Amino acid sequence: MWFKKKTYPEFWTRYLNHFKSTTNKDFDNQRFLVFDTETTGLDIKTDRILSIGVIAVQGQIIKVSDSFECYVKQNIFNSETIKIHGLLKGGNITKAEESEAIKAFLEYIGNAVLVAHHAAFDIAMINAALKRMNLPKLKNKVVDTGELYKKTKYVKDHKHYSLDALSNIFNIPQHDRHTASGDAYITALLFQKLSSLLQKKKKGLKLRYFFDWI
Amino acid sequence: MNTIAERIFDFLKDFPPFSMLSREQLLAICKSVEVHYLEKDTNLFVAKNPVKNQFYVVKDGAIGLFREDSNTLVDKCDEGDIFGLRALMRQDDYKLTAKAIEETIVYSISSELFKEYITTNPEASTYLMSSFATNTTYIESNPLQNQNSTDNIPDFFEEQSASYSKNPVSCLLNTSIKEAALEMTDKRVGSIIITENNKPLGIITDKDLRTKIATGLISIQETVEKIMSSPVITYPENITVAEAQIAMIKNKITHLCITKDGTPNSDLKGVLSEHDIVVIRENNASVLVKEVKRATTPNQLQHIRKRAHEVLKRYIKQHIPITFATKIISAMNESITQRIIDLAIKGMATPPPTSFSWIAIGSQGREEQLLLTDQDNALVFNDVPEEAYESTQNYFLKLSEKITTSLNIVGFEFCPAEMMASNPKWCLSLSQWETQFKEWITKPDQDNLMLCTIFFDFQHIYGDETLVNSMAKGIFESIDSYEIFLNFLGLNALKNPPPLSFFRQFLVESDGEHKDQFDIKGRAMMPLVDAARLLVLSKNIKTNNTIIRYENLASAEPQNKDIYLACRDSFKKLLRFRTEQGILHNDSGRFIDLQKLSKANKLELKSCFKAIKDVQDLIQTRFQLAQFM
Repeated sequence: MWFKKKTYPEFWTRYLNHFKSTTNKDFDNQRFLVFDTETTGLDIKTDRILSIGVIAVQGQIIKVSDSFECYVKQNIFNSETIKIHGLLKGGNITKAEESEAIKAFLEYIGNAVLVAHHAAFDIAMINAALKRMNLPKLKNKVVDTGELYKKTKYVKDHKHYSLDALSNIFNIPQHDRHTASGDAYITALLFQKLSSLLQKKKKGLKLRYFFDWI
Repeated sequence: MNTIAERIFDFLKDFPPFSMLSREQLLAICKSVEVHYLEKDTNLFVAKNPVKNQFYVVKDGAIGLFREDSNTLVDKCDEGDIFGLRALMRQDDYKLTAKAIEETIVYSISSELFKEYITTNPEASTYLMSSFATNTTYIESNPLQNQNSTDNIPDFFEEQSASYSKNPVSCLLNTSIKEAALEMTDKRVGSIIITENNKPLGIITDKDLRTKIATGLISIQETVEKIMSSPVITYPENITVAEAQIAMIKNKITHLCITKDGTPNSDLKGVLSEHDIVVIRENNASVLVKEVKRATTPNQLQHIRKRAHEVLKRYIKQHIPITFATKIISAMNESITQRIIDLAIKGMATPPPTSFSWIAIGSQGREEQLLLTDQDNALVFNDVPEEAYESTQNYFLKLSEKITTSLNIVGFEFCPAEMMASNPKWCLSLSQWETQFKEWITKPDQDNLMLCTIFFDFQHIYGDETLVNSMAKGIFESIDSYEIFLNFLGLNALKNPPPLSFFRQFLVESDGEHKDQFDIKGRAMMPLVDAARLLVLSKNIKTNNTIIRYENLASAEPQNKDIYLACRDSFKKLLRFRTEQGILHNDSGRFIDLQKLSKANKLELKSCFKAIKDVQDLIQTRFQLAQFM
């Protein structure tokens, strides 16, 4: 049965359709979606997503109206990480089933470029959820603000810089740290500052410049 | 849940006009805010480009607004400041360039949302209109201007809202007349309101008890319903004195019921009686002036001056135009001084040997004194033969001694710099004064310039006014023959540049008793006063009051009307502001603790500095002061 074409749900087809057109956008027209996930822990196999926060940046401007926030019902539960994100298993926030949340997330992001701090982890968490739904991985291009920071040549080393550390370096006030939306917003401010720095260095921004590390 | 919008809400809610919106309204605005990041020296918008459909609020950092042609800084906006409002007012091009003067984060808000929420909120839109008017270079007509047209009402106190007793004595319909009368006696009132569910149904006054009960017509055991007057005449809480009087005369009644919405169907708030009106009249300035004329001792005058201060407090509280308040208080001070001089002359052994004039100088001369400050005065007497000079001067020195002592009792403290008529230097004959002025004008050193700024604002208070007119004429003649004096006076007028750099911290006093306080008189009011004096002197206009000086200048030079009127309005604002501060802290109001100012107050002060800057620029060009500086 190796030749049998898999059938995917309608929303996945819609999601894929966004990637069919190959119009090249310049930096200012590109919709960047800065996002963050709060999870039960750091193990991609066993831990689960508790919430996703997304906010759009386009033409260097953060658009509060173009944002997405959702909380996910999970049975997996880690009392250690509750201390960090404050999300209880029950809680009184309206939560969606994981599959519903991922569906809504895909409908929202379309073919936008995703931006996250240490993006590999957040992307892997979402891909793991997609796998549980028998779906392939995300198709979106991804920018990692941690890698972007290295490109600015502020530092010579190859260390990982945490969001906290970079917030301090770039003088970004840390409100709502460890909520998905709060961290997404902080990451968006960081992204603004980093792309502005790179723009100065490169005299104009080429989209390509953001992805060539992938 | 919208974590990010909540975060923006938390920031905006502290700043006007956002502070004036409801939580829902502001949250709706926050949900569509856009966040801009600007590195130092990058432009947000550029002059002559079409306006964008949004306006801006500084979140962090600072934005400078620059005039495009000269690249001069017009304004600096920091945390919470709004700019780019032009977009909301008209579809047009930007007049200024907005550039980040340090690393800055700016929120932008779309015009549509603004229109939806802010224009429907009267408080917020008034705030924005006025900040727009002051944010621009005075090209737009000020929508708040019309409110000042009441300046011209001669008997302005009629427009005050009447104060009434806010705890009316009331009873129910089934109360007996006796019980009601006992209640009135107990509460010592002349009337009682009969209410049902706190709505006024009727009223019984002392007169009803006299005409209906004491005459034996009705028994005191009957209920109040039998004798009450009903229905009652009702008015809303903001009734003015004039309205109240008309209502009483028209209805031939002595009591009005004040209800929440002014109809008999809303909650009773109070009772306004004819007596309340009498009390208001008693503390009215014109009554006080009459009492001044009857006073026979400085102590009586001191008491009247204290009551005048209460009148002033009421004016400030009720936002009566400041020009009206200054006129009243100056008239009060003038008549008190006149009365003191009358009494002092009577106390002298002989009548004055020749005609003289008592002169107010400095802020009293400009009729800008609202709060009690030091006395500043001088005396001029008619020329006498040389052999009589000494005895004449001695007579007037003695008279002045009496006058200044009485003024001190009233509350005008002795001038520490001895700028008083009791000082032989400032008690001179007409020709001595003319010689004196001529010397100051032809030798404009720092000390003489300072004296000019005090003595040139002189105002006749008592005696022979022709002497004062001759003095004024002498000054203009001297200036005409020594025009470079105006350049020196001009330099002097520019010695206090506007503290435009105050956007982070106002320029505050760096040492002394008033460390870290802002000197509103020295840094904001005196620059305007000095500029006005210089300009009217150069135009041969003899007026003293700074507000009137700017008005005269505006009509004399229509091409600079906008600048002069902006100066006038700024001066009015500052005068009110200083008076408010003075009343609040029971001092001269000169030094302000900036920590305690609201954002709106700071913005208002800031707009005044713009006017100072403009008029100083004008002076610098007109008197070609650049070469001197």
